[in-house]
Amino acid sequence: MGITTKILYAFLSLGVVMVWGLTLNGIVRKIFARVQGRIGPPVYQPFIDIKKSNAKRTGITHGIMFYLGPVFRIAGGVGTYMFIPVIFGSEIFSNFSISGDLLLVMYFIFFGQLGMALGAGEGGHPYSAVGVSRGLAQMTAFEVPFALSVISLAIQHGTLNITEIVAAQQGGILSWTLFTNPLAVTAAMISMLGMNMYNPFSIVIAPQEIPMGPPTEYQGSFLGLLATNRGIFAGAKLVLFMNLYFGGATSLPILMWKTFAIYMFSVFIGAAFPRFKTEDSIKFFLKIPTAIGLLALLIAYL
Amino acid sequence: MIDKDKYKDVNPVEEEVKTLESPKNNWYVDEKTLANADLPEEEREWFSDARPQVVPPIRWTPMEKFLNWARAKSLWILAFGTGCGAIELRPLLTARYDISRFGMAPRPTPRQASVFMIGGYVSLKTLKRIVRSYEQMQGPKFVVAVCSCAINGGMYWDSYNTIKRIDNYIPVDVYVTGCMPRPEAVLSGFQKLQQLIMDGKAEGQNLYAEKFDWYKANQKKVIKDWNMPDYNW
Repeated sequence: MGITTKILYAFLSLGVVMVWGLTLNGIVRKIFARVQGRIGPPVYQPFIDIKKSNAKRTGITHGIMFYLGPVFRIAGGVGTYMFIPVIFGSEIFSNFSISGDLLLVMYFIFFGQLGMALGAGEGGHPYSAVGVSRGLAQMTAFEVPFALSVISLAIQHGTLNITEIVAAQQGGILSWTLFTNPLAVTAAMISMLGMNMYNPFSIVIAPQEIPMGPPTEYQGSFLGLLATNRGIFAGAKLVLFMNLYFGGATSLPILMWKTFAIYMFSVFIGAAFPRFKTEDSIKFFLKIPTAIGLLALLIAYL
Repeated sequence: MIDKDKYKDVNPVEEEVKTLESPKNNWYVDEKTLANADLPEEEREWFSDARPQVVPPIRWTPMEKFLNWARAKSLWILAFGTGCGAIELRPLLTARYDISRFGMAPRPTPRQASVFMIGGYVSLKTLKRIVRSYEQMQGPKFVVAVCSCAINGGMYWDSYNTIKRIDNYIPVDVYVTGCMPRPEAVLSGFQKLQQLIMDGKAEGQNLYAEKFDWYKANQKKVIKDWNMPDYNW
């Protein structure tokens, strides 16, 4: 396959995952509404919001980093996605998966938030700074069990290539990492709760507390870009988790089912729990999930 | 759209409306620049001195209609209670009324909000914050004035510290009468606003830019401690 075709396919799959990620966001809003006894917005509401944000007639800026913040954020989302093989064995949905893609993806998950921190910092709003410091602290905390889990997985399969990890999980549900390395999956799923930032780990964009957090000053198409990235990044993370822990997907419907189920894990917990305090949230990740991750690492090593 | 001339003499007590048609103002530099004259010299360069401009709708009608539809179906309310009427906003979020089914949601920052709900009486102190928040909102932006006090002063008619018609200070798209209006009334006001937006009639932002001098003169007449730029971008 030529590089042009590959790029074309990669952007096609990017479009697919963006639409799917935004639809998932819409479904989540609907679920939260139903849990609270409301009817809730239509499922396509995130698309309208993005259109509306992009159609603003005026806009303000605070400087170059303010411009670059959302750009870095979406680069992080697209970068994460571009190196994950989406559908196992499919040419169109294989993206730019290479031998060390797992490391690259781990880096890109961080990248967007760092860029956003710089941009939001230039916005100058106090709540932005509070949100950024909370976000970076929490990210550092949940990255520990996640990294331990991924290292344990790399030792277990002897590779840093996501495609090979997916290939090792083919052949029945019992060969999924979920059953071959349950401790690593437990640690990673708990750290995913922090990644998705629903309750009880919604300390970054804490509504009613530090309203909006980092994107406080962002409006118009900046916000549209951030909302678009929310779809891409959510999709990319879910696909990554599906690949690493739940046997990957061999077709689009299976991918949709599995990512939906993985997402619902954090959504249902989010709908049922109140918010942690900042320090409690960070301590939480560094205690039991880290211990589980260490144990998974130890078992994989032995 | 509100016909300004029609309601001109409703409030004989409110003098500022009549006297300021040809203002001798201190903020005019040229068509695109404001003076920020009320700020101390060293603070002036901290703020933008751009004058708000009229941004006409897109000429291609189907596109503008589509955008207006999106604007109407995704109204983000500035969750900033400016009076007792703001208490009526809370029931709208609950299971009983649930405005989220119309795509509406509270938004904590004026940068992202598109609807400003004036909840009742506006004291001079609040007016300053209202002007600041309204100008910080990015257009197209809409204002819904709830309660009698925002329309004609209501029970604060004689108050030394309360303005009577919010429409003299920022352009209002929809009024909801009552003291207090029921949540159903507020809801119906928001739906009226959605209809106006979809019809392309809710151009308050452009009205504000067009009659900027008039609005600014009214504001400066009542706000004595003016320690902010002439337009809060």
